[in-house]
Parts: sequence; C-alpha cells; structure tokens
Amino acid sequence: MTKMTMVEAINLALRQEMARDERVVLLGQDIGPDGGVFRVTDGLFASYGERRVVDTPLAESAIVGMAIGMAIHGLRPVAEIQFSGFLYQAFHQLENHAARLRWRSRGRLSVPMVLRAPYGGGVRALEHHSESREAYWAHTPGLKVVIPSGPRNARALLVSALRDPDPVVFYEPKALYRAFREEVPEEEETLSLGQAQVVRPGSGPTMIAYGAMLLPTLEAAEVLAREDGVAAEVIDLRTISPLDCETIAASVRTSGRAVIVHEAPLSFGPGAEIAATLMEEAFHYLEAPIERVAGFDLVIPYFSREKSYLPGVDAIVAAARRTLQF
Amino acid sequence: MGRTPLAPPEPIPSLSILDEHGTVDRQLEPAIADEVHRKMYRAMLLGRRFDEKMLELQRTGRIGTFPPIKGQEAAQIGSVIHLGARDWFVPSFRETAAEILRGRSLESVLLYYNGYNEGTLIDATQRDLPMSVPVASQILHAVGLGWAASYRGGDEVVMTIFGDGATSEGDFHEALNCAAVFQTPVVFVCQNNHWAISIPFAKQTRSRTIAEKALAYNMPALRVDGNDILAVYAATAEAVARARQGGGPTLIECVTYRVMMHTTADDPKKYRRDEEVEPWRQRDPLARYGRYLAEKGVLGEAAARQVEEEVREEIRRAVEQAESTMHALDDPLDMFDHVFAEMPPRLRRQKEGLARGLSTREARHD
Repeated sequence: MTKMTMVEAINLALRQEMARDERVVLLGQDIGPDGGVFRVTDGLFASYGERRVVDTPLAESAIVGMAIGMAIHGLRPVAEIQFSGFLYQAFHQLENHAARLRWRSRGRLSVPMVLRAPYGGGVRALEHHSESREAYWAHTPGLKVVIPSGPRNARALLVSALRDPDPVVFYEPKALYRAFREEVPEEEETLSLGQAQVVRPGSGPTMIAYGAMLLPTLEAAEVLAREDGVAAEVIDLRTISPLDCETIAASVRTSGRAVIVHEAPLSFGPGAEIAATLMEEAFHYLEAPIERVAGFDLVIPYFSREKSYLPGVDAIVAAARRTLQF
Repeated sequence: MGRTPLAPPEPIPSLSILDEHGTVDRQLEPAIADEVHRKMYRAMLLGRRFDEKMLELQRTGRIGTFPPIKGQEAAQIGSVIHLGARDWFVPSFRETAAEILRGRSLESVLLYYNGYNEGTLIDATQRDLPMSVPVASQILHAVGLGWAASYRGGDEVVMTIFGDGATSEGDFHEALNCAAVFQTPVVFVCQNNHWAISIPFAKQTRSRTIAEKALAYNMPALRVDGNDILAVYAATAEAVARARQGGGPTLIECVTYRVMMHTTADDPKKYRRDEEVEPWRQRDPLARYGRYLAEKGVLGEAAARQVEEEVREEIRRAVEQAESTMHALDDPLDMFDHVFAEMPPRLRRQKEGLARGLSTREARHD
C-alpha cells in the first residue's frame, strides 16, 4: 500500500478505471497537460492522450451537456467542473436532463456520468470558490450525491460512482485534497453508494458528518471522550443522496441523541433532511432535541473570516454537550 | 485614413429552389427519387393533418396544451429525411412531423399531450432523444452524441432542431463553439419561424440572419427558404454528407413562419396582426410542394387523394388506439419507475405508501 493524498487517490481511481474501461473519458477545463487546477488529473493526459482527457472550451453548460450526450451514447464521461461554484452555469443540464432522462425515456436511455467538482471552504480561496451547495443536487430526483472524507474512501467511492448506471455528483472536499495521507491499496476497492459508515462506534451521542466536516467531528468526539467520558458515535455519510436512513436511525435509536455537522448553510441544508428523517424513524428514542452545527445562512465570507464561518471543534463539542445536558 | 470604416459584414445569401409561386430553379433542383418525394409528401401531409386533428382534440378537451407545427413541415421533413437508422435525432418541442417520420408513433404523441409519461418512451430501434422543452438545452446533447460517435469510430450523424428563440440562449453558442472546436458530426437545423411566443425575430436578435451566427465559430452555414422543401433538402443533404465524411458541423437556418399560436394556451392576437400572417399562409410549404409534385407527374390527383385518405385513416386509428390505451393507463404508481436503475429504499416506501393509500382510498401516507 502507498500513502496517498486525496488528490492522488482520486487520480488513481481515474487512471485505473480508464485502463479498465475504454468508455471512461474525462472532460473539463485545464484537465489535459495542466492536470487540472488541483492536479487531480495529473499525468492522465500523458497516459491517455487528448482523445480521452479532453480539454474543453470554458463553458460549464457545454461540459455537462456534452457529457450527457456522451453518456447516452454509451460512454462513461467524467465531467470536471473546476470549482463547484461554477456549476450553476450548468444547473439546468443536471436538473432538466441528466437527472431525468432515464425517467423521461422510461428506462430506454440513461446517463451514467460522474460530475466531479471541488467544494467547500478552508483553503483561503477567492470568491465563488468555497461554497457547499450539495443540497441543490440532493434535492433533485434522479441524481446521486457522493462526498468522500478521506483518500481511501474517495478512491473507492469514485470507482463505484464511475460504474454506477446513474448520474453521480461527486463533490470533493478541497480542504482535504492534501490535508493528510492514507494508505490506499493498489488493488481495486469499491464502496457501495447510498451507504453511510460508522467510523467511530460508541454509545452516543450520534454525530453525523461528511466531507471536510468529518475531521473536526472526530476531533470533537475525542474531546468528549477525554473531557466528558462520553463515547460519541461518529457516522460518515459518504452519500448525501440517497440518504442512508437505516444507519443513522439505527444509531440514534441506541444513542437517543444526534448532532449533525455540515458546512452548508443551516436553513434547508442536508441537516434539515437528516433531522426530519430522525424524527420519523427514531422519535420515540430521542432524549434531546437534535442539534445542527452548520454554516450560517450566508454566502461563505472572504477567506480571512471563513474560519469563523465553518463549524469548528468547539461548536460541535458544545452542541453535543447540549444534547447530553438536556 | 486608409482604414475602411467599421461596418457589419455582408449578410450571407439565402437559398431558394422552389419559390412561393411554384417556380423551380432548374439549375438548383435536387435529383430526388420519386419514392422519396412521395415519402416526404406523405410525412408532411401526416404532420399537417395530425396537427389539425390535435387542435380539434385540444379544443374539445381530449388532449392538453400542445405546440402546433403547421407551416413548418418542409423545414422538418426536408432535413430529417436524410437521417438513417444509425443516425441520431435530437428534437426540441415543435418537431412533431419530424419525430413521426423518425418513427415516433402518433399514439405516443397523443399520450404525451395527455399527460402520460408513456408518451416519451422511445422505441428501442430509434436513436432519438425525447423532445426537449427547456429551450436550446438539447443542442449540447447533440454535440456530446456526435463526440461519442466519433470516439466510437462510427460514421453516424447527429441532427438537432431548435427555433430562432433558442439562438439567444447560451447553450446554442456553447454548442456551436464546441462542435466546431471538436469537429463533431452535427447538423444544427434552426427553424426560424419568426416568433418565440410573442417576441418577433427583430427583437430576438440584431443579426440579420441566424445563419451568420455560425461565422463566428468558423462553421459553414446556409440560410434557406424553410417553406421550400427542395431548398431544405438540398442544404441539409450537403450538411449531412459533410458530417458523415468527417467534415464537421454545419448550421442550416430554415426561414419559415409560425402561422399558428405558440401553444394552444397562447393567443397571438395579443401581439401580432393577422395581416402579418396572411402572406405566410400564401407561402404554405405543403401546397407548394403538392403543386410541384403534380406538375412533375410524381403525384397525380388520384394519388394525392389516396394519400389524403390514408393519412386521415391512420390518424383516426391512432386517436382511437390512444384513447383506449389511456383508459388502461390509470395506475399512477408507474411514476415511481425509472428514476434510478435501482429504486432507493425511501422511494420504494413512498411508492408503497401511495399504493396503500390508493387501495384503501385513504389519504396518501409515505
């Protein structure tokens, strides 16, 4: 096994799937010789050439719209949008077409494409480069939304996404691109989409997070263990949609307490859906109101202030303590 | 100063072969086999009569809102006729005649305009996309299909149709640009019918033609009389052949006219005078083509009558069939299918909830 960053792990997934399946083609801006602005596709152009690593004109709608046509024609396009903040220029392509063509054609056509985009704050980026708007896509019937939390699961989830028969929005937490290394096996590894993972078992409270928020959540669990003698259970969602109601409800039925953490704005965010699900599935087991630790209902501020915007360990610990002290 | 003052470039010329008075330019007249002529005439007539029938059905509450195509039959049939079974067709929403020629059943059209998902089912033998309502968005799919066709090494051609309004959308420009950059085998056919609901061509664009928009992308383009099927046929034949031989994309602008309303929910009297429409009725593509074929001896009076009868009978049977099919499609649970290849648990529960609600006649519960 090699220790890899998330960037390298995603690169490995793409490289191996391209070797395995000729139908996998990449398209996006600056993904060719430049290797993408985050270097995720580094070296793939050299290995597979311009036929399979396609630098496109600067047009997000075209990238997604063309990927839809390519997928209909039996290819497995991987469309890279340079920053998720620019994906809105292709919003209608995902919403009106990628998500609907299977349904509209009653299963005759399908759109097995993966849309990759870095999302989230924490890298001191410029405006429009740091938002977390996964809820848009999770709200769209027909799309799957996957967000990895580390190099190893990023690789395995991406491989699964590339083999999925339906369109997958794969949001990559850019704060984690090079945050740490993990052992990633050379041999193939996949992870089922739609399945959350208990990454730190415990009696409670249940702490639900994903993407870049998993790290501070795990850290908060550590603080709770150390300072409060509490064994929080941490769940990594991995797939935002379809939501793994089973895993989160089962945990809360045992723990009676839930804290949901995400950097997306609080209102109408994924936490609202998760909390409502827990009300439906685990109401009788709840010992305290469900807590949400989320981004504020703001545009993520310019980077000198983004730290105050993003959920931090202290806020997560405080929320967990509120559930314990209720 | 030796510099020429700034001025717009010369507009690109327009092609007309069979003019509105029925005069044929013998120099330009394309050689078309008699059976192809008869096929095109029948397809145009079917499109026309079906359109008329749908209007009648809509006005009597037997189908919902739909966008009539009357007057645009030549632009549709003269272009789509060149596509073979291996080629792709990517329509917008006012291409009923073209879709039917490609193999869409009349019944499917009726189901769609009666609000049944079954109406967008594409036959497994057809390489067509279902009609697309969000204006211009489908044009990019054609480019992707063309890209994939080249990648896979086939000589397929993709044709996409859209209206003049679509050319104001970003997707149109992104599509032309990308098709030109990647030299994809796509034929872009614009039905310039002069109206995007209430917005006339002059308010849609300052360009004198739609065709000239292709010049910016270094793409061959031609403007044709869209009510002249010979011109449409000749221009798109060339474009399809170029695409098939690896020559890249072409834009064809078919100048036609929306003599009817945008959809049956629209009242054009609010924004245009009938005197404006009248000259275009005189330029009717079907009558013009019928006269040409009669003079040419391809379609005599008796033959024309026979086609007319056949077409009416086909429509009558389709309406009958569709109405009985709809009767059998009363199971709403069908709407849950085909969202994903595999139904997620939560959606399954919603489906079961509705099923329970339906069977117990209680309110739905999820």
